Amino acid sequence: MATAPKKSLWENFRQSQIWKSIFRHGKPTDKRNRSLVILSNVFLHLHPVTARKSGIRISYTWCMGGLAFFIFLVEVITGVLLMFYYRPTAEYAFSDIMALRDHVPLGIMREIHRWGAHAMVIAVWLHMFRVFMTGSYKPPREFNWNIGVILLVLTLLLSFTGYLLPWDQLAIWAITVGSNMARATPFLGHEGPGASFLNIAGVSLVHSGDDVRFALLGGRFVGAATLLRFYILHCVAIPLAAAVLMAVHFWRIRKDGGISTPV
Amino acid sequence: MDALKNFIDTISSPQLFITATIIGFFVVMHYVRFFTKTPVFLTFLGLFTTFFLVSLTDDHFRKIVTLPDNVPIVGMLFLIIFFTWFSLRKGVDNDIRTEKGEPTFEKSEANEKLFVWPNLVYTEFLCMILATIVLLIWALALQAPLEEPANPTISPNPSKAPWYFLGLQEMLVYFDPWIAGVVLPVLIIVGLMAIPYLDKNKKGNGYYTFKERKFAIVSFLFGFLVLWIFLIVIGTFLRGPNWNFFGPYEVWDVHKVVPSVNINLSEIIFIKWFQTAMPRFWFTREIFGIILVFVYFGLIPIVLAKTLFKKFFMEMGAIRYGFLMMLLLTTVALPIKMYLRWLFNIKYIVAIPEYFFNI
Repeated sequence: MATAPKKSLWENFRQSQIWKSIFRHGKPTDKRNRSLVILSNVFLHLHPVTARKSGIRISYTWCMGGLAFFIFLVEVITGVLLMFYYRPTAEYAFSDIMALRDHVPLGIMREIHRWGAHAMVIAVWLHMFRVFMTGSYKPPREFNWNIGVILLVLTLLLSFTGYLLPWDQLAIWAITVGSNMARATPFLGHEGPGASFLNIAGVSLVHSGDDVRFALLGGRFVGAATLLRFYILHCVAIPLAAAVLMAVHFWRIRKDGGISTPV
Repeated sequence: MDALKNFIDTISSPQLFITATIIGFFVVMHYVRFFTKTPVFLTFLGLFTTFFLVSLTDDHFRKIVTLPDNVPIVGMLFLIIFFTWFSLRKGVDNDIRTEKGEPTFEKSEANEKLFVWPNLVYTEFLCMILATIVLLIWALALQAPLEEPANPTISPNPSKAPWYFLGLQEMLVYFDPWIAGVVLPVLIIVGLMAIPYLDKNKKGNGYYTFKERKFAIVSFLFGFLVLWIFLIVIGTFLRGPNWNFFGPYEVWDVHKVVPSVNINLSEIIFIKWFQTAMPRFWFTREIFGIILVFVYFGLIPIVLAKTLFKKFFMEMGAIRYGFLMMLLLTTVALPIKMYLRWLFNIKYIVAIPEYFFNI
């Protein structure tokens, strides 16, 4: 009696109802399944099924856009973990970071988060550099380049707002120096050109208690209100805005014809 | 060795570094085919790396460069040098192919379609693993900095903004905060966004090239490499207490005294040249500076449109041309202001402190 060749446990699992309920395609070794693996996966379907060889070479893209996105995801995961340990108040912020450093075993989440932030800024700059050098901002991709510029600004703002959160000397003075310039915003800052014209019968409308720097810091100086403001910007507002724009950015890559190739 | 270090510290100055960088930049851009040859590039990279490694034996240099927050900037410097070479080299290679009548490297492959699985997905996966390994090693090797608890009454000297804004902080030396901190950042963002609408050159879309986009690439790289990355490097490694300039091996002495002898253009004109008192009313006092600024931003574009940039002007139309000239002149205004400061000690061209309006 001829016996059927023995299937491995793994092969059996791939035939099971559980596996088939998740992956609705066979091994991606033929054209049909290589298409299905992309089309039937919500994450992979950011990609097209096929792409031109020149566009997907790593020597062409440097993978920098992909890396910037990946590091963003790393920042989200490590950031959520850090939020478990951190309270954004002037009393606790610094000691929470101290505790994180001294009491959490193998605690390198803050390290990964901080170095990841630096790496993300560098990756975004290099991505922009690559896109410029290949002329990929040219029609039809003008609008996506603009989305990219906004994402670059958001990346810097994410990093800037996060810089304050450890609430040490490095943090508050870097933010003080960085936000001092807002004082000099034309018309909107109390030391900016034109602000003195905005007055009613000699009473100035723009002063240190209501100018654009005050709005940013929630006070005349970097203080507890600033910490809370930056925390919410850093953990909620800017990541949400960046996530929405990233969705637009990735979608537009596809709609504008994929990674740029010579026409 | 000490004599050499002293010599380097003595000749180190923003004047020297920025002049050398600007000249070096244009020399490389002009002889790009020579400088992108692999042996030439490797020689320069080797020299730079050797200089860096030998400098690490110096206590002060090592202390500044290995500050946890400064390590990424060292890494970035080498990455930028590598990728600048890499992209220019690919451009030059394509230019040579085009001259021979061959299609560019990208064009020769563009009609070949590959399945994204596995050809792209695997590359991305490997990049993700590599990035994770790098981040993990980096995080294990270097502890994130944590200084004394925040104290609003004690300001550290120097107080520095986060490193990616140090280019702007360096610009504060030459411009008032409303320009360096507000107008220039806004113009950088607006200028970047305007690039696709200003660059009407249809060539060089989707492949590396240098020759076909020379003007665009040289202007962009000048802004990115010289006025952004290089100023960040200066601001991080060579600016010490009181934002004074220090040589790479010079100890950051808080008491270093730098004479401040800067005067305004109006003072030079009225006191030095006319030998009269300064006029009381700000408009008469600053009239020459105001005229100068109007000539710079108003007249130069018109003159150039009729002469040197006639072809540009005709191709782009008045609005695009005017916008491009405004951006280019603003970019060049930064080095101009630097040299005015160094050569003539000019502080402000227009100084109206009454309205916080100084240029």
